[in-house]
Amino acid sequence: MSAITPRRAAIGIALLLLVTLPTWVANPYYINVSSQILLFAVFALALNVLVGYGGLVSLGHAGLFAAAGYAGALMLQAGYGHFAADVAAIVLALIAAAVFGALALRSTGIGFLMITLALGQIVWGVAYRWASLTNGDNGVNVTTRPRPFGLSLAGADAFYYATLLIFLAAVASMAVFVRSPFGASLCGTRDQGRRMNALGYNVWMIRFVAFLFSGFWSGIAGLLFIYYTNFISPQVASLQTSAEVLLMVISGGTATLLGPIAGAAIVVIMKNVVSAYVERWNLVLGVIFVAIITFMPEGLVPGSVRLWRMGWRAFRDRGRAGVLRNVPEPPA
Amino acid sequence: MTALAIRALCKSFGGLRVSADVSLAVEPGERRLIIGPNGAGKTTLFNLITGELAPDSGSILLFDHDITRIPSRRRAHLGMARTYQIITLFPRDTIVRNVCLALLGLSPMRWNPLTAFDRQRPLFERAHAALAQVGLTHIADRQLSQTSYGEQRRVEIAMALAQNPKVLLLDEPFAGLSIDERRDVGRLLSAIPREVTVVMIEHDIDTALELADRITLLHFGEVIVEGTRAEVVADPRTKEIYLGA
Repeated sequence: MSAITPRRAAIGIALLLLVTLPTWVANPYYINVSSQILLFAVFALALNVLVGYGGLVSLGHAGLFAAAGYAGALMLQAGYGHFAADVAAIVLALIAAAVFGALALRSTGIGFLMITLALGQIVWGVAYRWASLTNGDNGVNVTTRPRPFGLSLAGADAFYYATLLIFLAAVASMAVFVRSPFGASLCGTRDQGRRMNALGYNVWMIRFVAFLFSGFWSGIAGLLFIYYTNFISPQVASLQTSAEVLLMVISGGTATLLGPIAGAAIVVIMKNVVSAYVERWNLVLGVIFVAIITFMPEGLVPGSVRLWRMGWRAFRDRGRAGVLRNVPEPPA
Repeated sequence: MTALAIRALCKSFGGLRVSADVSLAVEPGERRLIIGPNGAGKTTLFNLITGELAPDSGSILLFDHDITRIPSRRRAHLGMARTYQIITLFPRDTIVRNVCLALLGLSPMRWNPLTAFDRQRPLFERAHAALAQVGLTHIADRQLSQTSYGEQRRVEIAMALAQNPKVLLLDEPFAGLSIDERRDVGRLLSAIPREVTVVMIEHDIDTALELADRITLLHFGEVIVEGTRAEVVADPRTKEIYLGA
């Protein structure tokens, strides 16, 4: 049970690095970037439930992310406490996910993508145009962060640790979900929907429940986002946000746990760090995506594993090649 | 009591009548072979029976229980299992996991998001038993995409058998198989216990003939001849339509 496998060792080292990050990254700016990576990783993991395991590509997830963000921000602005605001945010994200799912799951493939895109644009439209509620283009300010158990999350370190905890909970819930019978059912509907139906599965309901699960974590990520930036504007609900998180999932590797996390890291680092040195950072991001699609069409994480194995095999067989050449041909 | 009764079933795709007033009565434990040339409406009939298509009129009864309006996924729970003419399996999973998915479909555990699927011992034991029935135990842990067409056919049959069906619908179980594989699949089909009612479509009747108790000949969506093996084979209309005079 407790054998140290390379996989477990890697997980242990990654955990240790994440937990000690504020000590070896002294600059609060980079700690904040790390928080941002983790919160977008939660968002990307949420989308990956549908894209990777359900085979349902959504271009409207910014709508769920922003619904939670706006609900939280507006409740706080109206004078409610953090607990009430957070609960309202998650409930609204779930309601939005239920509506999105009920409408979009009439279809799969391109149809599903277009319906989610349209629904996401409706949320953006509401945020942008219903100015009496959302303050339109000026956005909504969030003045305070919550104080769980009396601990202040105002500092970069404290907020990082809060985000890390939620991120780890998201990863754990995904890991359990993917290996569960329900996760297997969802993957089955991705690979052979028709057959799953004939086997007795309620394909629509499986996809709908997966949509709610995805919506829940998208909502959590949206809440983390407003507490991180202390602000939300219609830009958050825009198609660009939906496309960015989809790029995180696809570039990192769909249907893997690590892929969306790696994808989130690439995009956030490009936006925040590289943009400080390279004015045309979008170009750099584009080149990276083209490179990933060219050399690792399955995504960065599964692609790296494949290339690593190929390289290792070539290295290992280098010595044996001469021996193999002397093996006589088997008789025909 | 009939295991499967079909009454005056009609289905048209636009102007094309693919099921024209089809009536059938299959007794419990019977082996029914449905034959007919290409485009006779055999697979459409299966899709109507399993509920993947809705009929325009007529009714379908499973053990005297009207299932015409019951969604297809519920029919699996009522004891109906099918295989597909075009192999429809889960290529990324191992063979045994394919069979486990068939078992999970009828288990309330399929909604469980918290336990580990691969640790469901009873499920995997039953899956291995189903694989033993079709002679695939030795490659149970092989990924499906690494197996031959003949092996995949047998996985299809194992998945249907694992569900412990009352009525088993086999859509061209011999399609695309070599002569040896046909013999093997024929042997394993003849070993299916008589508690299971089997309805089989087969385009090529030579292999399937010896498995059948009764035969129904379809042509342009209509039942042309029905009777025992000997009757149907001897009927001049069979020779004319199917055997190509």
